[in-house]
Amino acid sequence: MKILVAIKRVQDYNIKVRPKSDGSDVDLEGVKMGVNPFDENAIEEAIRLKEEGFASEIVGVSIGSSLSQDVLRQSLAMGVDRAILVEVEEVLQPLAVAKVLKKVVEKEKPDLILLGKLALDSDAGQTGQMLAGLLNCSQATFASSIEIKDGEVFITREVDGGTESIVTKTPTVLTADLRLNEPRFVKLPNLMMARKKPIETIKVDDLGVDVSSRINTISVSEPPPRKEGIKVKDVKELLQKLNDIEGLKI
Amino acid sequence: MNAVGSAQIWNGSIDILIVGEGIDRAAIHASKLDGVDKILKFDAPHLNHPLAEDVANIIFKIGREYSVIIAPHTWFSRNILPRAAALLDVSMISDVLEINEDNIYIRSTYAGNVHAKLKSDDPIQVLTVHSSKFKAVGLNGNAKIIDSTAPEALNLTRWEKEKKIESIRPPLINAKVVISGGRSLGSAEKFNEVLSPLADKLEAAIGATRAAVDAGYAPNEIQVGQTGVVVAPDLYIAIGVSGANQHIYGMKDSRVVVAINNDPDATIFKFADYGLVADLFEAVPEMATLVSKT
Repeated sequence: MKILVAIKRVQDYNIKVRPKSDGSDVDLEGVKMGVNPFDENAIEEAIRLKEEGFASEIVGVSIGSSLSQDVLRQSLAMGVDRAILVEVEEVLQPLAVAKVLKKVVEKEKPDLILLGKLALDSDAGQTGQMLAGLLNCSQATFASSIEIKDGEVFITREVDGGTESIVTKTPTVLTADLRLNEPRFVKLPNLMMARKKPIETIKVDDLGVDVSSRINTISVSEPPPRKEGIKVKDVKELLQKLNDIEGLKI
Repeated sequence: MNAVGSAQIWNGSIDILIVGEGIDRAAIHASKLDGVDKILKFDAPHLNHPLAEDVANIIFKIGREYSVIIAPHTWFSRNILPRAAALLDVSMISDVLEINEDNIYIRSTYAGNVHAKLKSDDPIQVLTVHSSKFKAVGLNGNAKIIDSTAPEALNLTRWEKEKKIESIRPPLINAKVVISGGRSLGSAEKFNEVLSPLADKLEAAIGATRAAVDAGYAPNEIQVGQTGVVVAPDLYIAIGVSGANQHIYGMKDSRVVVAINNDPDATIFKFADYGLVADLFEAVPEMATLVSKT
């Protein structure tokens, strides 16, 4: 089996991103960036499937400016075999990303396409499902376990109020939840070795897909602050206050 | 019900899509929602456990007749709607907090640290909405139920089994009251002993912080936060919760937040409407005794 993993470069999860003072966009100046955490789970799962003998090759793909080379290097250091950077300056929206990935899938012909269930920046959680739709192939989102048996893919996934188990036919698009695995730490020698692995660069214009934005950002702002709360002196006062709230009967 | 409420902003006619097997009762229930024109009912054996491929295909088949397609932001819709949007070649907006005229929306990004105001130019607006931000409609309607023939099963995926979290309590995701415990509870036994009586009285779901889950006090399924479940109940009671960023993300949209903690400087108090600095092992049992609701 061949696996394609999609990797996005996003802000570090510990960082509180703020809007620019003019509200035109978020301020990412000097912000620490790295592999989207859910994509890290996707990479880890691909490597495990290869280590267990189910996968023969893992290709990593990222879509972004040349800066996204660093997240591809990181994936190569973890154990991805080779990487593709689809170079584009502007930030693409999920539908455009899915269209670009479809082109890469058509070229690489992977059996499994692994992505994170969402990206920490846009928090949309759409790309995997959109890609599966464009490919007319099976999908399993929010996967907490992936197993391969007799050429079929067995997935446990999150649903409202529990989990479900489904079996998908390949090619299949899978999106990773944080519970899927514990991504490995990259050792320095591996990072050095990853420099020798190839990164192919493709210009987005050469793919011939419509990547235009359908959604325009008018402005960004800090969320309205929560109205300042009060301290109550004891349980009685607390219950009294709660009972006074309209529509809240306790 | 809240998704129907959010759809009323467009002042158009509203239909409801309902898929499954043996769903007559659900369809009748849906037909009573205020302001709904038609219930499009797709009832077929292969929709018993609806798969994303099949449901997205139905939405694709009927979608072009609509200018807006809305669903609540649940695991179910999050799985299906992006696929349907891609088939219709339109973009999608996830977890909308506010809908304004001219297809202008507000949603939160960057782990809830930024609110973005967006305008979509697509011919069909596809969105999931943050249910607690919209008013639910009433149940005095009388919509027509239309039986529709579902397209053949795509057979790309096979459904095997499901595991529902067995609990006498309401599911965390749509409970009206949520009581969450943090690491201060000290043990799995205390976690249950302290929280259960109050949860019973308030008919509340029980949640836990990641720290409490990591310490083994509570199962991962009930973790509230960015790496767990995101909840927005009418009343959220945080007990012995410090208020880590990732936990706040999972509960900050609750209508009323109560925090009980013995540390007056705990971050959680900044996000609480009512804070009580007290020993939780005394305050919570007292609360359970005094609450009148049974």
